Amino acid sequence: MDLRTPIGLLFSIFGVLLLGFGATHTGAEFERVGVNVNLTWGGVLLGFGLFMLLLAALARRKAASDKHEVAGGGR
Amino acid sequence: MSLHFHPLLIDYTIIGLYFAFVLGIGFLLRKQMKTSEDFFLSGRSVASWITGLAFLSANLGALEMIGMAASGAKYGMLTSHFYWIGAVPAMVFVAIFMMPFYYGSKARSVPEYLRLRFDEKTRALNAMTFAVMTLLTSGMSMYAMALLFQSLMGWHFAVSVWLSAGIVLAYTVTGGLTSSIYNEVLQFFLIVLGFIPLTFLGLKQVGGWAGLSSRLATTHPGYLHMWKNMNHASANPMGVEWFGLVMGLGFVLSFGYWCTDFLVIQRAMAAKDMTGAQRTPLIAALPKMLFPFVVILPGILALALVPLTQWPAQNGTANFNQALPLMIAQYYPSGMLGLGLTALLASFMSGMAGNVTAFNSVFTYDIYQSYIRKSAPDKHYLAVGRWTTLVGIVLSVGTAYVVAQFDNLMDYMQLVFSFVNAPLFATFLLGMFWKRATGHGAFWGLLSGICAATGHYGLTTAEGKGGWIAVLHTYPSSMAQNFWGAIWAFSVSLIMTIILSLLTEPRPEAELVGLVRSMTPRASESHLAWYQRPVYLGMGVVAVLIGLNIWFR
Repeated sequence: MDLRTPIGLLFSIFGVLLLGFGATHTGAEFERVGVNVNLTWGGVLLGFGLFMLLLAALARRKAASDKHEVAGGGR
Repeated sequence: MSLHFHPLLIDYTIIGLYFAFVLGIGFLLRKQMKTSEDFFLSGRSVASWITGLAFLSANLGALEMIGMAASGAKYGMLTSHFYWIGAVPAMVFVAIFMMPFYYGSKARSVPEYLRLRFDEKTRALNAMTFAVMTLLTSGMSMYAMALLFQSLMGWHFAVSVWLSAGIVLAYTVTGGLTSSIYNEVLQFFLIVLGFIPLTFLGLKQVGGWAGLSSRLATTHPGYLHMWKNMNHASANPMGVEWFGLVMGLGFVLSFGYWCTDFLVIQRAMAAKDMTGAQRTPLIAALPKMLFPFVVILPGILALALVPLTQWPAQNGTANFNQALPLMIAQYYPSGMLGLGLTALLASFMSGMAGNVTAFNSVFTYDIYQSYIRKSAPDKHYLAVGRWTTLVGIVLSVGTAYVVAQFDNLMDYMQLVFSFVNAPLFATFLLGMFWKRATGHGAFWGLLSGICAATGHYGLTTAEGKGGWIAVLHTYPSSMAQNFWGAIWAFSVSLIMTIILSLLTEPRPEAELVGLVRSMTPRASESHLAWYQRPVYLGMGVVAVLIGLNIWFR
């Protein structure tokens, strides 16, 4: 298991949840110091999650192509 | 005034998702745990960015997070000494100079290294004290955490204790050390991403760093400086002068912890090769240096932003232990609140899992396999490891309940732990770098160091504590007493080990290959590019450390 996959998934889900919640819950109670922190930080979490998933995907592709080369090398 | 959170469904959803992922990771790793080596050492196959972040996180329990924010409010930037001089030099040292022997000797635990290098009794002393202290520590943090969640969230004490114990049990029994390490990495990202917004929002409100320093300038001068007031103990809120700080914290205590504690060393032992093991503490050191801005700065910001009269009080004064919860209550609406609580829960649970997995290995390898059943099939030890996990967690829960009954017990236990740990580094230092050191010397040196620490506490006093034999000296603060006690313990242990080693028969040199520096050929690093070599990485870390200290002098 590539650890980046569950980390990426978890933070992507957190990001989507916070984005959705932040978009629908505004006003003083949800925007301390004038920042809708759920909305902004939800975006950051989603970005981080997708980045981890991308790294995992790249590693998978690289592993697959290495395997292919080794298999092809025997011809 | 006391502090209460009012979480909504979204917050509970976030916490629940985290629990589900943690259990899922343990479940998926179950198939990989075929041998005892898989279970206790992750089959020595983990990538070094993972072992590095786990090395860092294993030490970042929830109590550490709460305590660091509290110290931030109490001492200001001085608290960063615990993260910079009090950790980073030792992490660089263990990576470059000690890892070749821990990893290279193929020892499966720190006590096992002591048996290879010295003898059975030195190993037994270290294994027993480590096993007991790890379990008690785990129980104490469980108690403190349950208490915190009781006051903040209204969760029943027993619910917090058994729920967290059950989840930790489920994922460590299935996935062993790998599960624990993976969850520590997850915890690392949760802490960083869960707490950084506190710093951002706090700084935004206070008007940036300039606003913070001007607001603290009159009430708490010097709170943003690390060295300016270290000339004399009476000049800074910690009550310690530079020499006690550098020698006591920066050398003895820090090296004693980061270079010998199996809880953290075990993470490096799980690395897939020697370079990976050496890189583990160095990779940990980089984020470690930035952690003051994540965990200490929120405490300083709380001090600057919230009038002391509005802090939750304890015995009539502001309770600094509430600094982190206070910041969360001030700045996190529902949504982010769930993320912050998850970060706290994650650091608590992975701290407990770390303790349990370290206890597991030491019990199974250094106690069970050494004294109870010597040669059994590997399957047997794997099963013992799984059962030990269960027993360890049950004993932790038991400790939590016992501590809950007796007010001062936790303080006494932590005091005894500090006596036991203080002299340890002398033993390892001589063991790895002086081939003449013998088993008898190490064992009795270690014991006399423990006695010296105890005696020091009995002969000195600070803040009304200690001095139960006689009072020869009064320290300006408990922290100074603690640092100087460590210096004494280390020195006595060092000297006694040297004297007794010279009086006893040395080990034949041929037996010390791979265990002592002068008897071990240096591993060639010529196949590595310069930036991959641990030495250069270590020098980079030290350069950043020096830069930070100059910047915040």
